[in-house]
Amino acid sequence: MGKGERPEHVAPPDIFYNEDEARKYTTNSRMIAIQASLTERALELLALPQDGLPRMLLDLGCGSGLSGEALSEAGHTWLGLDISAAMLDVAAEREVEGDLVLGDLGHGLPLRPGAFDGAISISAVQWLCNADRSGHDPRKRMKRFFETLYMALRRGARAVLQIYPENHQQAEMLVAAAMKVGFSGGMVVDYPHSTRAKKYFLVLMVGTSSAVPQAKGLDGSEPEDEEEAAQVKMAGRDRNKRRKTGGGGGGSGGKGRDWVLKKKEQMRKKGYDIAPDSKYTGRKRKRIV
Amino acid sequence: MKLLTHNMLSCHIKGVRNGYPFLIEVGKVSEHEADFDPDFLKHIFPRINWPAFLQGAEAMGCREGLPEAPTEAALTDEQFQKKFHHALLEVTLEEGSLVCPETGRKFPVSKGIPNMLLNEDEC
Repeated sequence: MGKGERPEHVAPPDIFYNEDEARKYTTNSRMIAIQASLTERALELLALPQDGLPRMLLDLGCGSGLSGEALSEAGHTWLGLDISAAMLDVAAEREVEGDLVLGDLGHGLPLRPGAFDGAISISAVQWLCNADRSGHDPRKRMKRFFETLYMALRRGARAVLQIYPENHQQAEMLVAAAMKVGFSGGMVVDYPHSTRAKKYFLVLMVGTSSAVPQAKGLDGSEPEDEEEAAQVKMAGRDRNKRRKTGGGGGGSGGKGRDWVLKKKEQMRKKGYDIAPDSKYTGRKRKRIV
Repeated sequence: MKLLTHNMLSCHIKGVRNGYPFLIEVGKVSEHEADFDPDFLKHIFPRINWPAFLQGAEAMGCREGLPEAPTEAALTDEQFQKKFHHALLEVTLEEGSLVCPETGRKFPVSKGIPNMLLNEDEC
């Protein structure tokens, strides 16, 4: 897959996430770090009551269980659903704590009503916008997904779905589909002014919830803890250094009186006719008005 | 698949009304030790559909010692907690299938993972 190419355009999810692709998710430390930080942010937006009790959560598009691990670390029990058998095999191999189910989000969730305290999904739901088989109608699949998700959650529970929408219309389509089945809530966009760090979270609530989620980086700031951000800072530092030391003439300081005197002496030795030294030598000219 | 998951799963074929609970056809059952957490048991207990849980436990062979209709008060009993924990979280269905009680459709379970994918005419 080339840079900037979207996996949704390459193949359907059950084919795209084959053994090779699944393996990447356990060996690529960058992918692991991104998944972990997205999950932490999703948990934050989930706004579970701070009573320290373990909850029953749902991980939609759990993949190899990277996001689930963050849930386990937070002390929760989770059930993971994914369409890729290869990814689930990797998850089982890594002995994640949650139970795993193979299923297609677009078929609806095979869950009984009101069983879960919350749901998260990391980088999965945008797949629903694609019609990968002739029988697929994205709108129908989205409707079925949101309907069954709404049913599976308890009153007052939330679902936080992190997505990579391809364009504005796609994001709107997902929000509209969710609202239609009865969810309240909307899109939270972290770092909206940054092209690189911009992240979309669809925060959905069953019934009303008092705490309103707040996006990060609304003032145009960038995330602090990312390695790329650190690299940008480094590049800036190098450039400053170069400006200070390199180059011949110019600059605000000039070369100074000593340098001018030395040069004049050199030129005199070569036999050139050079003006005699005076108190004005090496001074800046007055600006002519 | 643990019995906790079995308790949450329901048949999602379009048009099915009584797709709960799944009947379990057992091929192979294994046991994995899980962390004992009384807080979680207390939290999850009111949400467990007990008849479905008993039916699952019966099929998986860990029904013994589980009462017919326990109340919240039973949760203070450590003996009960242990049995509940064991059946709910430690007994795992490795191979077998889940059968929809209405349509008889079988969802295979392999390597502990139930395959809930539908055919296009079922959704």
